[in-house]
Amino acid sequence: MFNWLQHFADWFIYSVLSIGAETHLGVALNFFVYDTLKILILLFVIVFIMGIVNAYFPIERLKDYLNKKKLYGLEYFFSSIFGAITPFCSCSSVPLFIGFVQGGIPLGVTFSFLITSPLVNEVAVAMFIGMFGVKATLIYVASGILLGTIGGWLLGKFNLEPLLSDWVKQILENKMQQAQFEEEHKTFYQRLPEITNGAWDIVKSVLLYVIIGIAIGAAMHGYVPENFFSAYLGGGEWWTVPIAVLVAVPMYANAAGIVPVIQVFVAKGVPLGTAIAFMMATVGLSIPEATLLKKVMSLKLIAIFFGVITLCIILSGYVFNILL
Amino acid sequence: MSKVIKILGTGCPKCKSMTNVVKDVVKEHNIDATIDKVEDIMEIMKFNIMTTPALVIDDVVTIKGRVPSKDEVLKLLN
Repeated sequence: MFNWLQHFADWFIYSVLSIGAETHLGVALNFFVYDTLKILILLFVIVFIMGIVNAYFPIERLKDYLNKKKLYGLEYFFSSIFGAITPFCSCSSVPLFIGFVQGGIPLGVTFSFLITSPLVNEVAVAMFIGMFGVKATLIYVASGILLGTIGGWLLGKFNLEPLLSDWVKQILENKMQQAQFEEEHKTFYQRLPEITNGAWDIVKSVLLYVIIGIAIGAAMHGYVPENFFSAYLGGGEWWTVPIAVLVAVPMYANAAGIVPVIQVFVAKGVPLGTAIAFMMATVGLSIPEATLLKKVMSLKLIAIFFGVITLCIILSGYVFNILL
Repeated sequence: MSKVIKILGTGCPKCKSMTNVVKDVVKEHNIDATIDKVEDIMEIMKFNIMTTPALVIDDVVTIKGRVPSKDEVLKLLN
């Protein structure tokens, strides 16, 4: 599918710039040009497709669906799927959280959404397809959704409502009138420019991270010795997964920047499961995220939330390493 | 009558680009309006929205969760 891009990269680096195919620099530059172009194309295509999906399933409609249908326990699963298909912007997580809770959706179900949303999104999927192929992507997506489902269900078992911030509790008590969601009636062709612009905006906003991530990846490819990480991280010892996850929790990087880097980890001998667990902890949990959530929940609730998710990510890391 | 425009958003990149679009439109067409940026989450939630940024004109939420084009903003202001 991307053969022509490889030809282009070969031609550009070896013929136009006449840097030898046998030099370190040539190999690294070729890798960089090929990967960057491939990822950007994938990114645009997938972001565009998700833009179309989102134009037809706006968040308000998803919320109504979760609220009105009796789902017999499947609501955690659906909420997690909705989290995966809606675009994620960390600055929207607080309004979303309040909107859900206010709309009468149980806290656990809301958490399912909140867990999956940053983990599985169009950017992560595009990066994963480009770097690891379709099979690994499907595993990643499925496990992200499963993680949200189980995490939300577990959190729903605790009595967490009293741990919300006072002003959020007040909103809940007042049960402010819900604005009815009016649908915009527009044809596909009327929406198309808007969707295309939206897709460009998203690609532009992550462009820098993609390039930095791939550049770091390319440099590591060239200069980090084979099996360097496996000497420390990849021996498959039981403690490697929790350490990778615990190191990653406070850190934040978006999917665009982190995937090229973990791709190198894997290429240099770290098991894929450990790498995915590391990535999930990086994009899913972070100090900036905790600061945002501090506005709607108490520290204790944040600690419970982070604790449960960390545990789930560690467990999924083990499961991956067994399965993959 | 002067219009009151409020832009709701916690300071994400999209909120900034919405602010710029609105400012440009108001300036280019000499519209009599005040632009207010609302960044406090408690204030934002009073408007009952779930996605930011949102554009509020005279206390009516007109756009939420996306950055509008200049033409769109102009139409909403007229």
